[in-house]
Amino acid sequence: MGGGLVEWLKAALLEVQEYVGMLSLTARGIVSRPFYYRDVVQQFDAIGVGSLTVVLLTGLFTGMVLALQSGTTLDAFGARSMVGRLVSASIVKELGPVLTGLMVAGRVGSGIAAELGSMMVTDQIAALRALGTDPIRKLVVPRVLAGLVMVPVLTVIASAVGIVGGWIVTVFVLRVASSVYWNSVVEGLYIQDVWMGLIKPFFLGFAIVSIGCHVGLRTTGGTQGVGRATTNAVVASSVAVIAVDYFVTQLLIVLIY
Amino acid sequence: MAVVHPAPRSALLEEALGPGGPIIVFDHVQLAFDDKIILRDVSFTLKTGHTKIFLGASGAGKSTILRLILGLLKPDGGQIFVNGERVDDMSEDNLMAVRGDLGMVFQEGALFDSLSVRENVGYKLDEELNWVRSDADARVQEVLGFVGLGEFIDRRPSELSGGQRRRVAIARAMAAKPRILLYDEPTTGLDPITAVTVDEEIIKLRDLEGVSSILVTHQLRDAFFVAEHTAVRQGQDIEFPKASPEKCQEAEFIMLRDGLIAFEGNAGELRNAAQTDAYIEAFLS
Repeated sequence: MGGGLVEWLKAALLEVQEYVGMLSLTARGIVSRPFYYRDVVQQFDAIGVGSLTVVLLTGLFTGMVLALQSGTTLDAFGARSMVGRLVSASIVKELGPVLTGLMVAGRVGSGIAAELGSMMVTDQIAALRALGTDPIRKLVVPRVLAGLVMVPVLTVIASAVGIVGGWIVTVFVLRVASSVYWNSVVEGLYIQDVWMGLIKPFFLGFAIVSIGCHVGLRTTGGTQGVGRATTNAVVASSVAVIAVDYFVTQLLIVLIY
Repeated sequence: MAVVHPAPRSALLEEALGPGGPIIVFDHVQLAFDDKIILRDVSFTLKTGHTKIFLGASGAGKSTILRLILGLLKPDGGQIFVNGERVDDMSEDNLMAVRGDLGMVFQEGALFDSLSVRENVGYKLDEELNWVRSDADARVQEVLGFVGLGEFIDRRPSELSGGQRRRVAIARAMAAKPRILLYDEPTTGLDPITAVTVDEEIIKLRDLEGVSSILVTHQLRDAFFVAEHTAVRQGQDIEFPKASPEKCQEAEFIMLRDGLIAFEGNAGELRNAAQTDAYIEAFLS
């Protein structure tokens, strides 16, 4: 029993050590040559443009359902006109970043783990090294950069679409005047909220992509291993999104409010 | 001031590091994964233009030797030299320079499946050596012609047969003109006819391009074919007659067993050894 726990702790520590090791090599890869520009552009496209549809749909429906739910709740207090305030504050500060993060974790985190994992088990990573290429620079750096830049961009888009979704429901279902909604949206937002909505996704994007790369590059055990790695990557990066969101929120509340 | 005398080197290393010495040297190399000993004590040298053929059962550590040469794995003990440079304790950055003179053909090819045959073969020229596009294209055409797959240049690896994939892998390994080629089970899983086409590429590279090679296999037919044939240009064609006895001396077999070298010698000696050693006999029959 005790032996099993010790083994588990050892394995967990080793995993953390490998992860930190990969991150430091990635940091070095970002600031020194060689730098694979073409792969960076490709990943910006794959991670950013490729995730646009899912993020648009998620943002839109989240904004719509939020307006619907808060509308019926606010009715109890005769405060239907306050819907915009609720929608904008919760979407910009919390739901935009977290839901975008979760969607990207599902789509991109799993994809990265599956791709790097199958390259690992078919010796393509070893072949890269044999051909003189550092897999961290070629595969990890472009993905991490794309995650750092594109997840915030996607979050801004998701939040904007969410507020529009809220407007659609507020005007056409709740029958509140358009101008009332927009005034309420602006009233509900403070500049600190906007900062929070912009800063959080950097951390989320970084966590999702780096976890996907780490899990992918540690894949062993053939096609079964690739399946396991994909599942692990989605689970780990989804939990990381929620956990990192909490800690960064706590930190930002101390720092900027 | 006291004169510091370096520790005396073994005769093997003296020879290896002297002028014109061998290009790959293993000196008492040991490796274990957890409790499993892979290599107990392995020493050998590969000389310029020669071929070493590693035989042994699955899991005997044959492929491990190739990974140690490339620096993809580090040994637990002993020393490994490639072109006079010690690679067993070298950093990954410095290893990239050593790997410039090594080409590796992985088991199953390990082609990049997101890239076309053209991009696979030209990978090192485009990405690492930054060749001008037209030069790289010409070289890719040349090596694909060499392995007889010129018309497959725009295909994806998934559209190729097993034998074609191995030949593209050979083309990729030789594109940057390395002087040493490492083959990991290049014919395993291929039918005998296709296997011979792969063997012929190995012989061509050795005899027409002067490449030194290490071949890891458990396909004896292919091992003996490579050891006992030579490539000769006849006008436009290339023929593969039986090699002269002197030429056969340049291909040496090494049989690994329980992490040790159980046999080292040429094809004739291996056949003779089979008459006295039950293990080798079982392996050859």
